[in-house]
This record gives sequence, C-alpha cells and structure tokens, in this order.
Amino acid sequence: MTFRQTHLLGIENLHQEEIKTLLDVADQYVDLNRRDVKQSSLLSGLTQINMFFENSTRTQSSFELAGKRLGADVMNMSMQASSIKKGETLIDTALTLNAMHPDLLVVRHPHSGAVNLLAEKVNCAVLNAGDGRHEHPTQALLDALTIRRAKGRLHRLSIAICGDIAHSRVARSNIMLLGKMENRVRLIGPSTLMPSEVRELGVEVYEDMTEGLADVDVVMMLRLQKERMDGGFIPSEREYYHRWGLDAKKLSHAKPDAIVMHPGPMNRGVEIDGTLADDINRSVIQEQVEMGVAVRMAAMDLLSKNLAAKRMQNRVQQQVTA
Amino acid sequence: MTVYLHNAILIDPVAETETLGGMLIKGGKIAQVFVGDNTPSTADIAKAESIDCQGKYLAPGIVDIGVKVCEPGERHKESFRTAGRAAAAGGVTTMVTRPDTTPTIDSPETLEFVTRRANEASPVRMRPMAALTRDRDGREMVEIGFLSDAGAAAFTDCDHVVQNPKVFARCLTYAKSLGALVIAHPQDPSFSNGAAVTSGKFATLRGLPSVSPIAERMGLERDLALVEMSGAKYHADNLSTAASLPALQRAKDAGLDVTAGVNVHHLTLNEFDVGDYRTFFKIKPPLRSEDDRQAMIDAVASGLIDVISSMHTPQDEESKRLPYEEAASGAVALETLLPAGLRLFHSGDLTLPELFRAMSLNPARRLGLDAGTLSKDAPADLVLFDAHAPFVLDRFTMHSKSKNTPFDGQRMQGRVIATYVGGNKVWG
Repeated sequence: MTFRQTHLLGIENLHQEEIKTLLDVADQYVDLNRRDVKQSSLLSGLTQINMFFENSTRTQSSFELAGKRLGADVMNMSMQASSIKKGETLIDTALTLNAMHPDLLVVRHPHSGAVNLLAEKVNCAVLNAGDGRHEHPTQALLDALTIRRAKGRLHRLSIAICGDIAHSRVARSNIMLLGKMENRVRLIGPSTLMPSEVRELGVEVYEDMTEGLADVDVVMMLRLQKERMDGGFIPSEREYYHRWGLDAKKLSHAKPDAIVMHPGPMNRGVEIDGTLADDINRSVIQEQVEMGVAVRMAAMDLLSKNLAAKRMQNRVQQQVTA
Repeated sequence: MTVYLHNAILIDPVAETETLGGMLIKGGKIAQVFVGDNTPSTADIAKAESIDCQGKYLAPGIVDIGVKVCEPGERHKESFRTAGRAAAAGGVTTMVTRPDTTPTIDSPETLEFVTRRANEASPVRMRPMAALTRDRDGREMVEIGFLSDAGAAAFTDCDHVVQNPKVFARCLTYAKSLGALVIAHPQDPSFSNGAAVTSGKFATLRGLPSVSPIAERMGLERDLALVEMSGAKYHADNLSTAASLPALQRAKDAGLDVTAGVNVHHLTLNEFDVGDYRTFFKIKPPLRSEDDRQAMIDAVASGLIDVISSMHTPQDEESKRLPYEEAASGAVALETLLPAGLRLFHSGDLTLPELFRAMSLNPARRLGLDAGTLSKDAPADLVLFDAHAPFVLDRFTMHSKSKNTPFDGQRMQGRVIATYVGGNKVWG
C-alpha cells in the first residue's frame, strides 16, 4: 500500500500507485456501505469540518455522510453566510478554524488555487472538494472507481469527455487521472468551450459528436456551467442539444457496451436526453453517486493515517530536540 | 567639489563601447572623460577626491519610467523616502513616477505635492508623470498645458486604457500641439477584462481566467492608428507579446513618433514561473509564454523596443495573500531591475552598452532629459557596479517598504557598489 499524500488537493500530484491504492480501499467501503449497519470507528474522536464557499448539495452531503460513517465528528460551515461577508480573508478564516484543531478539512472555493493556499496555513489534512476551474479530485476518483467496476479495468480504455470542458474542474481532474492510468482520452465539444492549448495535456480533441464518440468505452457528459459563463459561448441551448447533447442516436456510434456518466446535477434536454440518463443498461449515474461516498471514505481513511503518522513523527522530533 | 573616478570600465551607450578609463566630475556634471592611458593633469588630480573603481563597471544611472510611489494615498506601501532609497540601492538615478495614486495625479496641485515630497525625501532625482484623463477614467482630459508647466514629464493613464477613441484622439491631438509625450499600456480591456494569466497550457492546467496576447496587439493597433492620425508623441509601455511587434515595426518604419518599453519581468520570467499560484508573480499584463519572452529580448537587442523599465508596483502582504484571481497585480523592482537586466547580459542576449541604452539613454532621450550618457557636461548621474557578484535575494533585505518581488530566493548576479546623483554619492 502506497499513499504518501498529506492532503488531497488534486490529481496532478498523485502517482498511479496512489490512485490504485485509494480505489482498492474504496472498493472495501462500497461493501461496508451496502451492509445494513454501515458504521466504522476509524475516525472516531477526529473532527471533520466541511467549508463550502460555493453552494453544493451533492458533494457536501457525500462528504458529510462519508465522515459520519467513519465515526468522525462532522461540522458543516456554509461560508457564504459567514465572516467572509464581513471582510475576513481566506487565510484568517483558515487560521481561525485551525485553532479549533480540526483533523480533516473539506474545502470548496470558487477560485482556482484557493484550496492550495489554505492547505499551506493549517496543520490538518485538507481535501479539495472543488476549487474554481482547477481540480475536483474526489469526483475524478469516484468516476475512476465507477469505470473500473463497470469495465473490470482502468487502463487502455477509450473515454470521451463531452461538453463544457473550459469551465469544468471535473474535466481537468479526469483528464489527468485517466491519462495517468494510461487511457485514451477524447474531448468533444464546441471550440468556444475548449480550454486553450488543451491538446498539450495529451488528449484528442473533436468538435463533432459522432466522430468523437466512435468506438469509445465510456461517455462522460459534463454539465453546461451557465453560472461560470460571462458572455455567449453557445448560441442557444437548443442548438447545443442538437449538436452536442447525448441521445441514443449519437450514443450508437460508441461501443455497444459503452457506459454513460454524468457528474450531476444534470440539465436534462440540454446536455443529455432524459430517457438515456435513466436507462439502467447504459447509464451509471446512480452508481457514481454511490461510489462518491466510498471514495471519500477511502480518501479520509488514508489521509487520517498519514496525518497520525506525521503527528507522531513531530512529537518524536520535539522530544529529541527537548 | 571635484571627484576623480578612475580605473573603471566605462559603459557608453552612445558610442556602444566598454573602455577602461575614468572621469572628472565638477559641479555635479561630468567635466572630462579619460580613456586608456590619458589622465587629468596632476593639478586637477591633487584637487579632486580620487576614487579607484577597481576595474568595475561605471555606467550612466538608470532612468526608470513608470515607478509607482504610493504617495499620496498608500504610504504604508511605499513612500518617497523608501522608494528613493530603493532606487539609490538599485542604481536608479531618476525615477519617473506614475500618476496612479489615490488621488490621481491629474492637477498641477497634486503634481506639485509629489514633486515637493520627492525633493524632501528622495536621494535620487524624480520626474513626475501626470494622468492623461481626470481620475484616469477616460472621460475628460487633464490640464496638459498647466501640468507640463508644472513639470509633468509625460501623460499616462497607466493600466487604464482610454477606451473611447474620440476622447483618446482628442487627448493625442491636444498633447501634440503642446509637444507633450503620451504613454499608454496598450490593451483591449473589454477583451482582457477579468483575466489573471495568459491563455495557453498553463492557464488550462491551473484553471485560471486567461486572455489571449492578441488583446495587447488590438490595443496597440488602435493606439497607433490614432497616433498616425494625430501625429502625437507616443510611447507604448509595458509591451509583452510577440504579437504586438509587427505593428510597432510598421509604425516606426512609417516614421511615426513612436517608442516602446518593456517591463523587466517580461524579459526574465514566463507564465510557468507562477507555478503553484504564487501571487508575487502576478503582474499586469500577465507573464507570457517563453516564445514571447524570447521575442521581447530580440526586440530590445534590435532596438525595436527602446526602453526597459521596472514597472515598480509595491503591494502590501495582505493584498498578495489571497487566491490568485483576487490577489493584487504588480511587483517591486527598483532594486532588482539591474541584476534582473544583467541576466540578459550573462545569457549573452545583450551587451552592456545595449542594456544601458535601454535602461538609461533611451528613456532619458525620450523624456528630453540630459541624463543617460557619459558625455562631457552631462549630469554626473552614475552607477558603479560589479556585474558578476553573485547573491541570493532575500526580499526582507530590500529597501522598498513593500517586499513583493518574484525574485525572492533566486540567484542573481550583479551588485551596485555606488550610485552617484549630480556627483554626490547616494549609495555605497
């Protein structure tokens, strides 16, 4: 077992082995979560604080449930309603929380890099629950676990990520994770929603859905992030749906057993056809939600062990210097 | 008082030479320059304070266009005293200050205030620039005539672009009639609005809002079209991308009264230096690609870009300790301008006369100052430096009140030994 991280800030810093380890641990938590009694005492006595500077229902409740099932004391802070409104800086907020001795800090922030900044200032394990357009590592990990369980492997697969790539942290984390695990990644979407020079990240780029979806094993749809857009990126939702929305016809170009994924929340009839999203033979969207809890439990499991080891080391060092 | 500096390597950006020699300074001016075995008469030497430069380089002091001293308004970030000390320590003998203070320097009264403060507190010379429009908001032009009479060296709205072409055209036309120099930082602001980095692989990896370098070219092309129409004296400052250079070349070829400047950071750093969201590397315009950096160096070497400046912009710790998008832009650079500029000498990209042509001679000429040369009767504004002395920069040893430098912890080469302003030693 190898997992050396003290924080989970992004996929960029993870090694292939660390990703495998995390997914293996998550597999065990899937089993636990399916039992009638879902309680573990691994994190009992530890404090987990969820700091969400941006609205979230799904991710926040997933993290909350993950922490509670592992026995941690979980506190939710809705930062939109709190002291940032009074002019407190992010670092001061972090230091204030740090003084309460949390062990796990789950942070979502609208600005890229904000979670990295915060992690430098606290002495607990920080989990990035999404920062701006930068990374959303637990989403990429839960996607990976879903794919691995559905396809039996997580390498040499052809995976299409479709839609609003430019505004998506999910896409960035997935591109990195799937690349590290040696898959072929294709991006499909209108060129106005492609980040600049994205080919440099080792992906193939398509503008046409039928061309891009040809013979892929996995189709990942992304939500059109209207709230992050300033100015027109697409002419209208109906034209977007016509050209890039996933329906049965477009999906027929993928492999017959290709699975359909979506990080949620979905805009039915904008990026995905409602019937297709509910098709239990193709869509794994509900599984993704289930894997989310397991992956977050695995991440907290591994990080809390590294945190304990680090604290022990510090104590020994203090005694030696004393 | 007479001073005799000898045994120095004289860097003459006019003749483009480096020669062993010395000079006699009388009444604050260079009285005579001696090259090779020539020396002043023994009588002159006997009367003078004799300084052995020990074979180090002696160059005309740096004339730095675009220094922000945060007086009035934000004296906790920088004052004329601290900026002046930083300038002296960095070999800058004339600070040409920016008007983007609070309030804006847009009236003869505010201009007189900063001039007086500089005279009281700064050991180096200061020439103030004034805003081009009131409050730098691009609506009404300032009193260009009164401000010129009060000593404004040039007129600039700094990083605010005068967006309305009618207003900008009138400013240029009016400035032309008074012979005033207009300085702009070209940019299409409706395109670059909200951007923190340059678009490309780095922006994509870090998920930061970005702008194409074409925004700068668009701004420059517009400005040059209006300069062509009005015939005004125009300096495009803070250029940073290869995309701007063909337009600049065309304007110069067409004989327009146009010069251009680059910020030393765009010559020595690129977008990837931002790394893990390090906000001390956040400047405006943002750091560019390595190809752009190389193109800017070539443009300085060829003379297409005339001026290298520090674009000294003090920011306090609080305005930098924020997520990258929210953090303030700018870097202090009065003290790092010379060692950073010397990186281009050590890399073989520029000769020392070329470097001082861009840092001393050209800015002085553009502003009509008699500094920037080692010729007889020029003011004895000089920098004596060791181009090879290595050091690791510790930002807390700098004299600027604000310590926001991207070069913190970096290896630099080049130390100022002494700085002279009007023959008086102000540093060393």
